[in-house]
This record gives sequence, C-alpha cells and structure tokens, in this order.
Amino acid sequence: MFLEAKQVVKKYANHLALNDVNLQVPENTIYGLLGPNGAGKTTLIRIINQITGPDSGEIIFNGRTLRPDDVHRIGYLPEERGLYKKMKVGEQSLYLARMKGMSRADALKKLKFWFEKFEIQPWWDKKVEELSKGMQQKIQFVVTVLHEPKLLIFDEPFSGFDPINANLLKQEILKLKENGASILFSTHNMGSVEELCDHITLINKSKTILNGQIDEIRQSYKDNIIKLDFTGDNTLLKEKLTDHFSVESIEQVNGHSSAYIKMLNEATINQLVSSILNDIQIHGLHEVLPTMNDIFIKVVEQSNLSKTYK
Amino acid sequence: MNKISLIIQREYTTRVKKKSFIIMTIIGPILFAAMMVLPGWFASMEDTDEKSIAIVDQTDKYVNQIKSTEYLKFSWLNKKEAENISDEYQDKGYIAYLVIEDDLLKHPDAVKIYSDKQITIDVKEHISRSLENHLEDEKLASYKIDGLDAIIKDINAVRVNVKTIKLGEDGSEKESSTELIMIAAIVFAMMIYMFVLVYGMQVMRGVMEEKVSRIVEVIVSSVKPFQLMMGKIIGIALVALTQFLLWVILTVSIVGVLLAIFTGDASTVNDSSVELVEAMGSSQIDNGEMSEFAKGFNNIVDKLLSLDLISSLILFVLYFLGGYLLYASLFAALGAALDNEADSQQFVMPVMMPLILSIYVAMAAFRNPTGDLAFWFSMIPFTSPVVMMARIPFQPPVWQIALSMTILISTFIFTTWFAGRVYRTGILMYGKKVSYKELWKWFRYSGK
Repeated sequence: MFLEAKQVVKKYANHLALNDVNLQVPENTIYGLLGPNGAGKTTLIRIINQITGPDSGEIIFNGRTLRPDDVHRIGYLPEERGLYKKMKVGEQSLYLARMKGMSRADALKKLKFWFEKFEIQPWWDKKVEELSKGMQQKIQFVVTVLHEPKLLIFDEPFSGFDPINANLLKQEILKLKENGASILFSTHNMGSVEELCDHITLINKSKTILNGQIDEIRQSYKDNIIKLDFTGDNTLLKEKLTDHFSVESIEQVNGHSSAYIKMLNEATINQLVSSILNDIQIHGLHEVLPTMNDIFIKVVEQSNLSKTYK
Repeated sequence: MNKISLIIQREYTTRVKKKSFIIMTIIGPILFAAMMVLPGWFASMEDTDEKSIAIVDQTDKYVNQIKSTEYLKFSWLNKKEAENISDEYQDKGYIAYLVIEDDLLKHPDAVKIYSDKQITIDVKEHISRSLENHLEDEKLASYKIDGLDAIIKDINAVRVNVKTIKLGEDGSEKESSTELIMIAAIVFAMMIYMFVLVYGMQVMRGVMEEKVSRIVEVIVSSVKPFQLMMGKIIGIALVALTQFLLWVILTVSIVGVLLAIFTGDASTVNDSSVELVEAMGSSQIDNGEMSEFAKGFNNIVDKLLSLDLISSLILFVLYFLGGYLLYASLFAALGAALDNEADSQQFVMPVMMPLILSIYVAMAAFRNPTGDLAFWFSMIPFTSPVVMMARIPFQPPVWQIALSMTILISTFIFTTWFAGRVYRTGILMYGKKVSYKELWKWFRYSGK
C-alpha cells in the first residue's frame, strides 16, 4: 500500500469528525474518497496533508509513518482554493512552488514547461485578479502538480471548469497516474468517479461504510437486470419470458423498444436469448450495472436508517 | 526555516513595491523637515508691506497714543477729514479706519476697526497694547503718586528670562528647550501609536486576505500555520522598520540640505547631510556668518541634538517592535477569526481601546512625566510603548525603562502563543459566527 490510514480518530470541540477510519490507497491508482457533505472527507484529507493531526491512529506513507517533510511529496488541490489576487501569476507560481521545497531554477524550468503545455505563457505577468475563474483553476492545477509529487490529492478538481478544460484536466490526471503517481480524488460527481477511479472509500457520518474496487462494488450491487433493445411485439415478449424472468418496464425509443428484464433465480443471459430468439428482432442487449450515483444514495440512506434505529 | 524566510520575503516585497508605501515614504520626511524648518521660516518672514490706518477719535482723549511702526502708519483725522471716512478711506490709501467712540476706561469695547479686508492679529494686538499701556499710565497718574515716572521706569526695567539648562553626565551644560522636549515627546508618542496601529492593522488585513481568497489551505499544506503567521508578522515589521529608517535618513538629508542652503555655503550642500549626522554626535555647527533665519534654525537643530536623538531612536525602534508584536499577534488572531471586513469592527475596537487610551495617558504624561499615572501606564504592556515613548525625552530612570521593556517582551511572547492557537483553528473555519466564547474554545482546543 502506498498510503494507509489506520484507525484514524479526530474529535473537534463538539463533534466527532472521524471515527476509526481506515483507508488503503495502492500505488499508482486513482482512489475515490466519497461521502456526503460533512462526512469527514476534508478532515481526513487535512490529516494526510498534516494541516491538522489525528487524535489517535496513524498515517502510513510509502511504508513508513508520515513525516513532516513528506509535504514535499504531496500535491494538494483543496476544494476551497484561491490565489493572492494582487500578485502576478508567474511570481505567485514561483512562490508556491518554492514553498513545496523546489529550488528557484528548477521551479522556473518546470513552470515554463507547464505554461507552454497549457498555452498560458502570456499570463505570466498578469495579476491574478485579471484572470477568469477557470484560468485561475488552471494555474492552481499546475502549481499542485509542479513538484512531481508521488501522492496527489484532488478535492473537487473539476469545479469551475468548462467541459473542454475539464476534459483536458481529466487527460492530465490520467497521464499523472500513468507516470506513477497515486491519486486521492474526492468529488460529488459520480460520473467522473466511474470514469477515473480504480478504488473508492465511502465515508458517512465519520465512518467508513463502503470500500473496495469499483468494478467489484458495482457487481455486488447489481440487480441482475438486462437491457434489451428490440423491435417486435411487446406482449409476445412478456408471454415468452415467464419462468425465470420478469419484465420490469418497456420503453419506446426511436422506433424500437427497450425492455428492462430482471433475471430471477439462476437464470442466465443465454437462456434469455434462446427463449426469445425466434419471436423478436434483437438489436442489442447488455447487463445493467448500477451507477455509482445509485450505489452512493442507497448505501448512505441505508447507513442513515440503521443509525436512526440504533 | 527556509520557508519562513520565503514568507517574510513575499510579505516584504509585495508591500514595499506598493504605491502607497512609496508615497508615504516620500511625503513623511517632507512633512517632518517642514515641521523643523517652517517655524524659523515664518519668524524670518515679517510683513513688510506698509499699511496705513486712519483713526477717528471722537473723544479726543487718545490722540497720538498709538505709535506708528516701521510698516504700520496711523493717521489721526480731524473732524472735517473724518466726515466721509467710511466712503473715502480706501481712496485715501488707508486699509482700514479705527473709531474710538467713548471713554475707554468706562466702555472698554468702544473702539472699533472697519475694513473690507481681514485685519491681522498683529495689527489688532499692536493697537490694543498701545491703548492699554496708555490707559494704565492714565490710571496710575490718577492716584497722584510722587515720583511716579521714576517708579514706572524702575518697574519696566524688571525682566526675568528662565533658561533651561540640561546637565550632561560629564557635567557639561547644554541649553535645552522645554517646549522642544514636549514636542519631541508628542512626536514620539504619536509615531509609535501610528506605526503600531497602521502596521498592526496591515497584519489583520493580510491574514483576512489569505482567508477570504482561500489561498490559506494551499499554503498550510506546505508550512505550519504558526510559521505562516510569524512570517507575515515579521515581514510587515521589516516594512515598518524600512519606512522608519528611510524617514530618518531622508529627513536628515532634507534638513541638512536646507541647512547648507540657508547658511549660504553652497559648496557644502552635498556633504551637509553627513555633517549633520556628525553633528548629532557632538560637534557644534559654526554660527559664524549666518542670517537671522539660519541662526534660529540652527538653534532648533542644536536643541534637538541635546535630546540624545540617537538613543531615543533606538528606544523608539525597540518600543515599536515590542508594541507592534503585541498588537500584531492579536490582530492576526482576529484576522483569522473573521471572514469579512464588516464583522471586524466590533472585534477590532476592544483590541484598539488600550492603544487609544494610551494616547490620552501620554497627553497627561507630557505635563507630569514622573507622576503615578505616567509610571503605571508605562509599565502596563498594552500602553507602555506609547506612554514610555512620551516620557523618554524627559529621561526617566533606566530601571523603569528596563522593567517596562521586560514586561512588554514577556507579554508579547504570551500573546503570540495565544494568537498562534486561535489562528491555527480560525484560518480554516468558514462561515462560522464568531464570538469571544468561540475564540476561547479555539484557544483551548489543542490541535496537534
């Protein structure tokens, strides 16, 4: 494991922010840290960044306890982020880079590379307040990754980006992973979680309620529903599928039908196909996996319920 | 340690490059130099326009009792001339006309001056003094004392002129000026007050700026919050010291140049500032062939030098640093707790109260620099920088300075520690309604 949180507990004056939270981020993966607002994600991220310390438990970084100088090996893009408004872009990037332990020459060289890559060299001598929000976000991203940290922590990285720039950013994040970085990614945008993450941990009310590989989680929460696109007689379809299947719904889309069929007991897709093969024209079919969005809502609601009854 | 110096560097350079800093740095010394030069300048600039004033004496008792001076001529008009004077006085070349309507002993306000221009105080004083003298003489004469003239002459010869001489440690005597000491005390006290307030508030604004612009979380992922706070406080202290140093150097240079110009020796203009600095040590400035003005001006400079300017300046810097660190740390804690300027007023006031109070106490200290009030308030760390600086020109005992300094230093170590704890929690707290209770909670809550 590249980064581990072991039984981390953090209390604030009047509430428990993290209650025995564990986290295992394997090397060279993108790891989603999910949870509703106020679940304790930001607190955990701050503990990893050593902005605040845990009351008990520990953080293992690269096989050993986290050390103060590890801040140089971590890049952090907080959700609440900003820049000095009156400072020039170049000056400010240089300052933030040097705060991460880079030498002036090294920082200048790398900044040049990134500014050229993002085609933002003309901004170098502009004051931050002259830039749009999206432009500021780009600079912030550059500053976060500039010192080539082994661990990157992105908290809502896509907020404030237009779709084109969001896509650019997505490609960059994937490239960073390719180059060997491990990435902790916190967001409420479940679509980007499905696209990017390998693993996730879901925190609710200071506790971990779900974690694992994203594919496995989606498999384990699936309802065995098949989506079937076809043309033909709807009632005929329902008649043919009796024993091991139940048709949940049928929609008319663009001149063909889409049926959502639940497989009961030990039924297989092969059985489904063979029982309807001669009656309708099949355009396609695939298993419907629950979205991360569905899983998120389901798991959080369940955990809230079980807590209320206790 | 390397990072804290980076922070100091940023805080320092961004502020020193600001227009407002540069303007203040230039305007300050010009004002100070003007304060030193102008009194002498005005004294040398007497009114040299000749003015005539017509006098209509309806009582005929005071004829020729107001003497004309070099620039002020009085003409006593007879009845005929006086008839249309209110219309004609300007045509006849008078700037004003004076009417005495009644016996001034019975009706002291029966004298009036008419003019379409404002009559200067000098003119008014000259007239009333002349009339008063005459009336006094008249009154005395009414007692019919023998040999009165001789008595009056004798009385008028009495003169007292108190000179204040400051005894140096080596027994040397220097003429000093009580007024000048007062002025120095006021200037010192006001400057400390101003510097602590202006730069303390800058710390608060700086902290708030970081919080409001949301950059603070990025920075504290690289450095400890305490380092960030100290970096800011130290950086701004250096800005203040830079300004102070520039003010001293520029003031000395400007005064030096003016001195050289007015002493009429153009060749020394270039190195006059050097001379003045040397003069601060001990040497006297040659009073040889100077104009009246230059003499008066030199006199002021001389007397200033008798105040031990150098040691005063050193104490000024020390008390500034002590007071600044004390207040800046409190302002930093406040800045961390507040997220908008509007909220800040009610919290800033209590912090500023002792500072404002100290100015009032300093006013009292000018009059009685060794009194109980001045003593105690120059010990209390929240007021001591201003009050002690107000006492410095009167040279309080060294043990008192040492004691007040010790108390001040230990207090700012405490407030810095206190502020560090509030700051650490405060900067990452958004949208929370701040109260003193909340601040206390942050202080007690021991984050690691």
